[in-house]
Amino acid sequence: MAYIQVPEGVPGIRSLVMFRPETGKHLYDLAQALLRGESPLTEAERELIAAYVSYRNDCMFCWSSHAAASRCLYGDEKNIVDEVLNDMHRSNVSDKMKALLNIAGKVQILGKEVTDEDIAEARKHGADDRTLHDTVLIAASFSMFNRYVDGLASFTPTDPVVYEEMGKRMAKGYVLPQQQ
Amino acid sequence: MPHIDFKNDLPGIRSALAYSPETAAPLGVLAEILLRSDEGLTRAERELIATYVSYLNDCFYCHHSHGEIACIYLDGDREIIDQVRNDFSTADISEKLKGLLRIAGKVQQSGKAVTTDDVVHAKNSGATDKDIHDTVLIAAAFCMFNRYVDGLATTTPKDMSSYPLRAKQVAEKGYGNHIYTEKQPA
Repeated sequence: MAYIQVPEGVPGIRSLVMFRPETGKHLYDLAQALLRGESPLTEAERELIAAYVSYRNDCMFCWSSHAAASRCLYGDEKNIVDEVLNDMHRSNVSDKMKALLNIAGKVQILGKEVTDEDIAEARKHGADDRTLHDTVLIAASFSMFNRYVDGLASFTPTDPVVYEEMGKRMAKGYVLPQQQ
Repeated sequence: MPHIDFKNDLPGIRSALAYSPETAAPLGVLAEILLRSDEGLTRAERELIATYVSYLNDCFYCHHSHGEIACIYLDGDREIIDQVRNDFSTADISEKLKGLLRIAGKVQQSGKAVTTDDVVHAKNSGATDKDIHDTVLIAAAFCMFNRYVDGLATTTPKDMSSYPLRAKQVAEKGYGNHIYTEKQPA
């Protein structure tokens, strides 16, 4: 059970933003700008970074839902998502994505962990400033979302079918849920 | 040197916000609501939580920036900020704030580190559900801000006399786009 009185039966962050829509609105706007706004990274790639960081933070609600959204957006290449979660280095993502996921993994530990070498490696494979910026901010923001969701012990469904449905909805974009 | 070319000479998070106004907009309003809402927690309490988490994350820019803002709300009582950083359990603050800082410290490690015991303790010391919500979200948000600032290696001003000037600007005008669009305080 959640640590505070959130609407019953509503999963994860949805229940928290219903509890406090004033902050919820801007959290959803941030997710929309970062994951659906203009970026050199595709929506599928950005969702994959979100899922990867959430997986490393052991936040089941966030990683399951963003992995589902990423699979949905990757379409025929959806296997990439599970390959990355299992072992990023041996997955079939591009070298550029591997370098970006490496940076995201460093950010997940702490901002200071990102080295000049990590950045140089990503640039070598074609990452520009905007790509690096977006990667770092996605990884940083999921270091927030994950803590928000688990720090208040929000309801985490365990049925994979629930996440599949969630992923389809998320693929269309992030809109603040209305009070039930 | 920053990891990317921000195309500006602004310090810390200001350089990143100016570089990416699309994301700066929700981040600015989020900070304004979380740190300057007068409901429940005071502005000083909110900034102390932000300072404490930034200190634990070893983010020099955020830690000192928010420490100075807290200092203004505390009418210049720097002692309290030092006490909170060194050992909040013996600091001259309310039991409620101690309970909330304990939760914030757990959130800094991982969301999962927060226990029922931590929450019950804070509630028994007078924390409401909204206080606990805001504490967790402030702590979580600073785990983001700190990573954004250090993950891109933004410029950290070494001149400590510049921190109170920026703090005064925030205490007077709040958070939002103006902190990177207006002339920097000097």
